[in-house]
Parts: sequence; structure tokens; C-alpha cells
Amino acid sequence: MGKIPPRQRGGIFKQNTLLAASRQHLEPLMTAPVARASYNVGYDIKLALPLALFFLVFFITPLLLLFFVSLHADPGMARMGLDQFRRFLTDPFSLQVLGSTLVIGVEVTALCLVLGYPLAWLFVRSPGWLRTILILIILLPLLTSVIVRTFAWIVILGRLGIVNSTLMALGLIDTPLRLLYSESGLVFALAQVHMPLMVLPLITALSRIDPSLSDASAALGAGAWRTFLRITVPLTLAGIFAGCLLTYCMSLTAFITQSLIGGGQMTLMPAYIYQQAATLQNWPFGAAISIVFLVAVLAAVTVFNLLGRLAPGVART
Amino acid sequence: MRRRPDFGTISLNATLGVLAGACLILLTMPTIVVLMVSFTSGFSLRFPPPGYSLHWYAALTDAWQLQFAAYNSFKVAAWTTLLSVVLGVAAALAIARSKRLSAAILDSIFMSPLILPGLAFGLAALIFFALIGLPVSPLTLVIGHTIVCVPFVIRVTIAALTQLDPSLLESSASLGASRWYTFRRVTLPLIGSSILAGAFLAFMSSFDNIPVSLFLRNAGTDMLPIRMWQDLESLLDVKIAAVSGVLIAITLALMLVMERLAGLSKRLR
Repeated sequence: MGKIPPRQRGGIFKQNTLLAASRQHLEPLMTAPVARASYNVGYDIKLALPLALFFLVFFITPLLLLFFVSLHADPGMARMGLDQFRRFLTDPFSLQVLGSTLVIGVEVTALCLVLGYPLAWLFVRSPGWLRTILILIILLPLLTSVIVRTFAWIVILGRLGIVNSTLMALGLIDTPLRLLYSESGLVFALAQVHMPLMVLPLITALSRIDPSLSDASAALGAGAWRTFLRITVPLTLAGIFAGCLLTYCMSLTAFITQSLIGGGQMTLMPAYIYQQAATLQNWPFGAAISIVFLVAVLAAVTVFNLLGRLAPGVART
Repeated sequence: MRRRPDFGTISLNATLGVLAGACLILLTMPTIVVLMVSFTSGFSLRFPPPGYSLHWYAALTDAWQLQFAAYNSFKVAAWTTLLSVVLGVAAALAIARSKRLSAAILDSIFMSPLILPGLAFGLAALIFFALIGLPVSPLTLVIGHTIVCVPFVIRVTIAALTQLDPSLLESSASLGASRWYTFRRVTLPLIGSSILAGAFLAFMSSFDNIPVSLFLRNAGTDMLPIRMWQDLESLLDVKIAAVSGVLIAITLALMLVMERLAGLSKRLR
């Protein structure tokens, strides 16, 4: 430690080091907050002010403006009205776009969970050197450009891609399958792109479990499957909901992967917003789609958060 | 007490092991495929490549459009990172450990850009800048990117501050150090590596951002991921494979450096 301003060294100095030292031993026994109140080590909430202002001007105001624009009846924004929302909610095409976006999100999340949970489980059981390799494999896709990851899937799923050439070499098919621009291709690509977001919270949740719990379960005669399904999985529910929330939201809004792998035939919400707002320059309708989409995503977040809050209770029963 | 593995244990381990293996293949295959295709000697994205050569990498040296876009992306990402760290660390200090309601509300507002659709925010920001008469420029890009990148800095910094033993700060305060002195000599050295990791995440996410850039850029501020996206949509150019190869190499190198300097993998969990 460096120098301490001498004028602040008072009689209080000695007394408080003693207090701090004794507290270290007593801490586990005491209810900490009472003792801690003596020194205010927290920072002033005012430090958040610059960012709060920044968000107010450049995040909240634009979103409110977006809502305001969506309340206009015509693209020229001359007349107010709920016409854009009425148009969206009565148009079968728009509703189908919203529906298929939400459904694809569910499919991607389910695939990520089914494949990601075992990987997290493997990670927690691995020795140190293997963990380093595994974490690198998990993190690399998270940090490489989305374009790069999506581009790989074009190569894999293309007419002359790996899947088709393998299937043809095995004699299973005669003509290349159309995998690119198909829903199943898109689900796999989105699952790969967002897998790390599922695996990382699961690793955290799994490594927090006390291993003696499974030992106890085994000692009481439960089989491995029963222990896994009744002990391990319920104890990681919070991690499962956290992972599902991230994967679901991210796969709903993954514009690039959706548009490159899904192609023109499959319009999903982000592409719909872009098409209306940027290509057709219809700001009010584009804004209305954005608002509907924001509300849908927020609803999903709320559902997952509620489930996550219930999770510890579920685990205890 | 170790029991002999029974059928249940074996079948559970086998099932989970096979699924984990499938997941590992799913995670690694795309990167390997891109790297292999980028060294192709042919002119299409055929896999496996008919032969190997470096000529697509050589072609990058005079792909001025891509270089210009990469330079723009780098510039915007650097400014975004700086702004995100300054604003984000200050906000994290204020929010972390605070039990106030205002802190909780601010926290969820600051985190919301992570979850909300980027494209919707991009459109909102475009409408906003059009209204206040600020033309799209690198400045609007930096502002938009900061909104979506600052959550990374905040999240990682708050995590580090929560793990910080408060008795260290209390001892410093009780020894008479001022709050600023404690921040510089105690807090900052302890959370510095986390801030570095957060800055790295913010940089990567800005460099890779498309949804916000899509609305806030113009021809003068072409961004690398958008350039690549448009090239891919129009002509499935093999040059993009070479760019991808370069990006993967840089990402991997930065990741290893960050792992050494900042323990990146620990910060992300």
C-alpha cells in the first residue's frame, strides 16, 4: 500500500484496524450488514448518471419515437391512427411471419438444450487440460463474426456442400437435397450460432451442484438415470432457463443468419422489419412491426424470468 | 465409496457422451469448413476443395472495398469500446452492490439492448437521428454501437465488483484513504482484468454488428460485416472465405492473448 494522507490518521485508525481484524474472525457468525454500515464503501449512484443520460437520449427516446411513428396511419405520416397495428393483426401473412419466427425460436432453443446440456455436463466432469480445449471450442463461435459462422453453413448446406456430397457418395440420394433455404437447415445453423449462450450458463449451474448430492442419491439406491433426472436436472433449472432465454431471444433476432440461410422464401420478423422500413421506406408499418416484435420478445423474457424465479422452488420439491 | 458401474450408469454416460460429441462437431465443423474452403484453388465454394492454394488470400491485397470497410469497422469499434468502457465502468461502480431500487431499474435498462431486437433499435435510432437532423456518419454509428455494446462492459465489471471482498475497501477506507485513492490503488488493480475482458467483448461485438449498422451507415461508412453480407447475397464470392479465414485467425489470436491477460473464459461464465 502506498502513502496515506497523514492528516487523516487519527486515533480512530488503531481502533478500526482492530475492529476490522476481529470482524474477519467473527464475520461468519455475525449478520454482516450491521457491521458493514460503519464504512460506506459503495459508490455514489451519480456515477451512473452519464450512462443513464446517454441511454435516455439515444435509447429510450428513439424507442418512444418509434412507438409514436407506428401510430401514424399513412407512410407520409400525416394522419394519426392505429391503422398499422390493425393492418398487422388482421393480415394473415404478417401473423404467419410472427408465428413462424416464434416457432423457429422454440425449435432452435430445444435443439440447443438437447445438445448443449450434455456438453456442459461433459465439461464439468473433464480434467483441467480438456476443460481448456472445450472452453476454447465453446467460446470461439461466440466471438467469431456471425457472417463467418453463417457463411460456413452456406458451404455445408449448399447443393455441392458436405451434407449433399456425403449423402450422394453413400448412395442415399441421387440428386442434391435442397437444404439451404429450408427450415431444418436454418434451425441447425441458428443452433450452432447460439449454442455458446446455452452452454455457458449451464456450465455455471452444473458446477455449482454439490457432488455429494448425487452420491447421496446413489447411496439411497437411485439409478444413474433417476439421479440425473431427479437431482441433477432440477438443480440446474435456473441455468436452463437462463440459457433458454438467451438462445431464444438471440435466435428470434438473428437477422443475418435468418436471411442468408432462410433465403427469400422464408420471411421472419427481422427481415420483415428491414423490408418494410429500409426497402419500401414505409416507416410507420416498419415501426409497428418493430413494436409488435419488441412486445413479443419482452413477453418471452417475462415468461422465462417467471419460470426462472419459480425454479428454486421446483428444485426443492 | 465407489460402486461398480451398472447398466444405468453406462447408458446414461453413453447417451450424454454421444450428444456432447455431436454438439462438439456442430460447434467446430463450420470453422474448419471455412478454413479449408478459404485455401481452395478452385473458383467455387465446393467442399472438399479440388486443390489448395493461397490465391484467395493474395486476392485480398487489392480488394480495396473490403479493406476500406474493415478500416471503417475498426475505427468505429475502437471509439465504441472507449466510450463503452468510460461510461460502463462508472455505471457499474454505481450499480454494483447497491440495494437501491433505482440501481436495479438502471441495471435492467442498461442490460436490455442485449435482449431486444437490434434491428428495431436500429430503425428507432435512424428515425431519431433523422428527426434531430444529425446525418448518418461514423458518429451516429459509434453512438448506436455503444448502446448495444455497453452491456458487455457493465455485466463483466459488475461481476468482478460483486466478487471483490468488501473488507479490502473497508480497510482502505478505515486507514484513511479517500474514495478516489481506494479506487485507483485497490479496486482498479483488482477489477482491471475484468474491464479488459469486457472491453474486448464490446470491441468484438461492435466490429461484428450488423442490425444497428444497417440503418446508421451510408456509402461513405461501409462496414466490413455488411460488405461481406452483401457480397455473399449477390455472388457467393470465395474471397469472403479468405476474409473469414483472416477474421478467424485474428479472433483466435486475440482470444488467446485475452485468456492470458484477463482470464477471458472465467469472465464469461
